[in-house]
Amino acid sequence: MSGAYNFAYLDEQTKRMLRRALLKAVAIPGYQVPFASRDMPLPYGWGTGGIQVTAAVLGQDDVLKVIDQGADDTTNAVSIRAFFRKTAGVATTERTAEATVIQTRHRIPERPLHAGQILVFQVPIPEPLRFLEPRERETRRMHGLADYGAMHVKLYEDVARMGRITTSFAYPVKVAGRYVMDPSPIPKFDNPKLHDCPALQLFGAGREKRVYAIPPHTTVESLDFEDHPFEVQRWDRPCGLCGSTDSYLDEVVTDDQGGRLFCCSDTDFCRERRDRMDEGR
Amino acid sequence: MSAHDLPLLEVRDLAKSYGGLQALKPTGFELWPGEVLAIVGESGSGKTTLLSCLAGHVPADGGSVRFRLREGTGVDLLQMAEAERRLLARTEFGFVHQNPRDGLRLNISAGGNIGERLMAAGWRHFGRIRGEALAWLDRVEIDRSRIDDLPRGFSGGMQQRLQIARNLVTRPRLVLMDEPTGGLDVSVQARLLDLLRRLVAELDLAVVIVTHDLAVARLLSHRMLVMRQGQVVEQGLTDRVLDDPQHPYSQLLVSSILAA
Amino acid sequence: MQPSLIAEGIGKTFTLHLQGGVRLPVLAGLGFAVRPGECVVLEGPSGVGKSTVLRAIYGSYGVDRGRILIRHDGAMIDLATAAPRQILAVRRRTLGYVSQFLRVVPRVPTVEVVAEPLLATGCAREPALERARSLLARLRLPERLWDVPPATFSGGEQQRVNLARAFVHPYPVLLLDEPTASLDAKNRAIVVELVRERLAEGAAMLAILHDRQARDAIATRMVELAGVDRAT
Repeated sequence: MSGAYNFAYLDEQTKRMLRRALLKAVAIPGYQVPFASRDMPLPYGWGTGGIQVTAAVLGQDDVLKVIDQGADDTTNAVSIRAFFRKTAGVATTERTAEATVIQTRHRIPERPLHAGQILVFQVPIPEPLRFLEPRERETRRMHGLADYGAMHVKLYEDVARMGRITTSFAYPVKVAGRYVMDPSPIPKFDNPKLHDCPALQLFGAGREKRVYAIPPHTTVESLDFEDHPFEVQRWDRPCGLCGSTDSYLDEVVTDDQGGRLFCCSDTDFCRERRDRMDEGR
Repeated sequence: MSAHDLPLLEVRDLAKSYGGLQALKPTGFELWPGEVLAIVGESGSGKTTLLSCLAGHVPADGGSVRFRLREGTGVDLLQMAEAERRLLARTEFGFVHQNPRDGLRLNISAGGNIGERLMAAGWRHFGRIRGEALAWLDRVEIDRSRIDDLPRGFSGGMQQRLQIARNLVTRPRLVLMDEPTGGLDVSVQARLLDLLRRLVAELDLAVVIVTHDLAVARLLSHRMLVMRQGQVVEQGLTDRVLDDPQHPYSQLLVSSILAA
Repeated sequence: MQPSLIAEGIGKTFTLHLQGGVRLPVLAGLGFAVRPGECVVLEGPSGVGKSTVLRAIYGSYGVDRGRILIRHDGAMIDLATAAPRQILAVRRRTLGYVSQFLRVVPRVPTVEVVAEPLLATGCAREPALERARSLLARLRLPERLWDVPPATFSGGEQQRVNLARAFVHPYPVLLLDEPTASLDAKNRAIVVELVRERLAEGAAMLAILHDRQARDAIATRMVELAGVDRAT
């Protein structure tokens, strides 16, 4: 760890401020808590909110995993991991099972999380009502009064135009029967994992200066219609690498001849399965 | 006594000032189910302030607005917590803006605009929400094929009719209207008036309509309040106020209009 | 038989604020009673206030003093002091009015204009329209006009729409302001017939009728309106 930085980059007062905001967020599941977002040494959209949350919860004994779209080896994940190795000197890992803090962009790991783990989401737009109501004052009031009729309008529009709910990312949820929340742009495939999760889930939006949380074992429902119930994505083929039939698949172009491969987006999950297959061979 | 013998709305000493300006001096009236009350007066007479205070769009300085709930008890809208009032407003009240753009979501389909209040009231069955939206398009004379179109592309009259459908879909008992025919062509106005009159009768609505158009007031309303400088100067049966006005200002207003 | 309509000492003065508060007394202590089956015709020179009497009874004009009692749902109500919604209820069920003008929402088809008073009493739509059509047929309004709004009709056609509106519901009390003024002999005979039928059924009517033939045919009694001394 470089001596030029305070532990985990942020100064202690800033971390205290963030922790207070996070405690409030945990106390009111799904409620967006404002915080004084700091300038970070990377641009907005690269995970400034997630990094500040991670910095605030990270301890010296933590083991950090960072994923971007499920992968540990993408630029964003690699840089953030390097950032905390440098500024906090914590151990890092690519293994979901070993990590105590996982910062993620756009996915929840396939392997079920366990108690004691913290999942930190990077959030671009925290306000699920924004597309309907651009005025922040009004959306806060709508949350305060649980005035959520407008939220179903988006789903209505989907079904009216496409015959089904086509929203497949950032699919809105209701947390603990009270607040409607944007789960960040995770695929709706991951929505069921939000529900009754043993791990603590924290969400950080740097540009918009908001944090929110789902405490362990909280009820999280995806909004839907009785005659158009919530459904997750399915694929008609298994992962081309590990053969998994129940994980979220990415389509990868493999050559210039239009060759394509469908494989797990969660690289750690996929590798673990292949390792096990190798051992069994 | 049936519900019709009791007023739906009892307004007492409702008042509002902006700084030193008394926009609305203490004002009271009653409104019964199925009754249309027109509030007329020129700009600055306080009629819009009165409507805004009733709707809760601006906080009143004092007075009371008692609304009779379906089960018969009365509640003071001014004393209610906002959450409670909004809940009530979602099902029991409607507000029709002069400019339909203020009362519609222009980036949402016609069906979504009508369905919103149903969904807010807890409807969760797409097929039933859509069925209700179609039925309301029929009632307000908009072709069913327009259900998935954005109201942005509708004519002014169609937008206004859509706004009315969006408001009435939850069968509110009280509807407040701010110059609903203003800004429309005369021929379009006539169609809207006819529609409003029919819906008021069919749904047994109580309506407060602010208008400066005395012809609209005559055709649509049962009773009328004439306002001037923040207070009611005359009130009574619409045709009596128009045909036998007593107050000098009412006489001026009526005599200024051609064949109201 | 007890009267259906009683006027007692009604007085009316118009104050014209825009003309410096000029006061125009029109009625001073007028009184009369109309019993079921009677058609009382108001007499007097033009400008004496005959139409004012009808409008005061209907409630379109207020009165300064006196009582206007009408039998409504079995009880006598004083229209001079009744609340607006009581007057509206009386107009819905008890008191009909054939005015000289037809004032309706533009664009509404004639048959619906005529059916409206029935619908307002809670009558179902189809029977109300059926009754409206049969009255329009009886008043010989050409069938091609029934689904057209009456705005463009001739005076005689509009008058028959007005008459149909007033006869579509069996009002126990009817006010008629020159009901035959723009009608030809044939149509006038039909109106006379309608009025007589309704009188036979027990309606009480108060009318202004300059048309001598119609008056001779339906008037049961005259009430002379004396001019008010304008100097007072």
